Amino acid sequence: MASASPDTLTPASELSSLAGPVTLANLQQSRTVLYGLARSDTLDLSAVTVLDTAGAWLIASFLAERQAGGQAVAIAGATEAQSLILKTVTNALPTAPKPPKRRPHHRAGDELAFLGAKISPFLAGIGQSLGFLGLVIARLGNTVVHPSRLRFTALVHHMQEAGLNAVPIVALMGFLIGIVLAFQGATQLKQFGAEVFVVDLISISILRELGILLTAIIVAGRSASAYTAAIGSMKMREEIDAIRVLGLDPVELLVIPRVLALVILLPALGFVANMAGLFGGGLMAWIDLGISPGMFRAQLLSGTDVSHMLVGLSKAPVFAVIIGVVGCYQGMQVKGDTESLGSRTSRSVVVAIFLVIVVDALFSIFFALWGV
Amino acid sequence: MMDDDPVISVRNLGNRFGKTVVHKGLDLDVRRGEVLGVVGASGSGKSLLLRTIVGLQRPSEGHITVLGTDVLAAAPGNLHDVQNRWGVMFQDGALFSSLTVRENVAAPMRERLGIDADTRTALSDLRIALVGLPPRAGDLFPSELSGGMRKRAGLARALSLDPEILFLDEPTAGLDPIGASEFDALITSMQKALGLTVFLVTHDLDTLHATCDRIAVLAEKRVLVTGTMDEMMLVDDPWVHAYFHGPRAHAAQQTEKAI
Repeated sequence: MASASPDTLTPASELSSLAGPVTLANLQQSRTVLYGLARSDTLDLSAVTVLDTAGAWLIASFLAERQAGGQAVAIAGATEAQSLILKTVTNALPTAPKPPKRRPHHRAGDELAFLGAKISPFLAGIGQSLGFLGLVIARLGNTVVHPSRLRFTALVHHMQEAGLNAVPIVALMGFLIGIVLAFQGATQLKQFGAEVFVVDLISISILRELGILLTAIIVAGRSASAYTAAIGSMKMREEIDAIRVLGLDPVELLVIPRVLALVILLPALGFVANMAGLFGGGLMAWIDLGISPGMFRAQLLSGTDVSHMLVGLSKAPVFAVIIGVVGCYQGMQVKGDTESLGSRTSRSVVVAIFLVIVVDALFSIFFALWGV
Repeated sequence: MMDDDPVISVRNLGNRFGKTVVHKGLDLDVRRGEVLGVVGASGSGKSLLLRTIVGLQRPSEGHITVLGTDVLAAAPGNLHDVQNRWGVMFQDGALFSSLTVRENVAAPMRERLGIDADTRTALSDLRIALVGLPPRAGDLFPSELSGGMRKRAGLARALSLDPEILFLDEPTAGLDPIGASEFDALITSMQKALGLTVFLVTHDLDTLHATCDRIAVLAEKRVLVTGTMDEMMLVDDPWVHAYFHGPRAHAAQQTEKAI
């Protein structure tokens, strides 16, 4: 695009003028020409071919600056359309420049206030989520008393989504963990000639801890995020409000089937992970250490009590409630904007996994004290 | 500024999804400097026509020429030049939710023409003032705005690059009557002052009366008729007749006469 012709820069010219298109695309050139013009009390626009709002803004602010400097400049030679656009822009021009933001005066105790401002919503959040947990438990109890209020179709749907469809990934994860444990255990135990105890290492660590813990982490990543996103987008599209004004209970309708589906199926998923882990471990022990499947079975039965598996699976319903409640709670907290949907979804996964690990640690202490 | 050279010309356009045919043999011209209102029943493909012209939907057949460029066959560079010369306002503003209103308005200038930050801010503030938003609105995020303010902010962003053509999708839907007529007046005044060509999809009969130079009726998968409001009143197609002679149409006419 052609810039304003340079001959308008001649300082001797009586009438200062711009020429060519004065538009957003060549604002910089036009600015250079305009501010390089000789001082005059008229600005001739007759050579200007195209003027848009950006160009009009440039001219209007130039005029305002000159006016403030005590030299009023008049416009000459503008077409009707150009005058109209100049007038519109001049009217819309902000009257006074905004005062620059000043840093607030620093005072003692500010850090404390800052700390408090960070902590108090965190504590309020804990209180709210405990309240939500209580609500879910109350509704669950209600469902037990009145089983007809349970949304059976929704329950089965979520059992398929969160449970059945997670079987392949959970089984693969368990299988690989079994292989890793067997391989790592074998290299260490070989040094003592105690290869056969790799069976106990695999079975106890998988049945007691790793099987269910890693299953819970995978389900938290899969389902807590899905719950938050689903309920959050329903909240954004006012579907939750629609449920409320129909006199229905969103917790009963949306949360209970999801939480219950996990409570029912997380133990099953944990069991799948356990079996896959034992299979992977047994396979690796056979290949790497020459422990035959028969020997593996004999060592497993003599060395590992079934209580280990019960200890492991007894944690599953608790993990399921944590994952389900965190996912649904974060979904309910979504506000009207897309940003909050994203941040709530990622927070739901982080919080669910974190709480699962914390509770797992508490379980370990509890079982150690109990002596199981 | 009106002349007969069409800035948008659509020829033999066809849009089909599987077995559903939405457009077939659709022809439409938009002349420079006019406000063209596109009306039609719900589901007649008004918004789809807009989306097709601005390149969001690839048609099954047909040709679209915007500002002399065949947008369906143009090289990316040429297409970018055309995109710099149009602005689109979506139904609910479609503002970027992670940016403030000012940053939203500045975004096209920053991405498409490397303009320095101070000028960008000043021009964004000017656009915000032009569409009638208070200066403090620039610092707000889209989620903090009311529906009407979001539409104004969407208009400010559409005007960001000083376009020649403005596409508006249902600009007054969801606004109260006062807000809607203010928005109509805003569109008219901006169009006059900036010499814009406006392509406007609407259901709002008041908007048609208040702003449009010409009206195109979408029915039977094509543009059935185009013409001024007065010409529309004389069309004897049953749907067009029902649309422009219904009780709401009479109310809108009364209002216009009263003004």
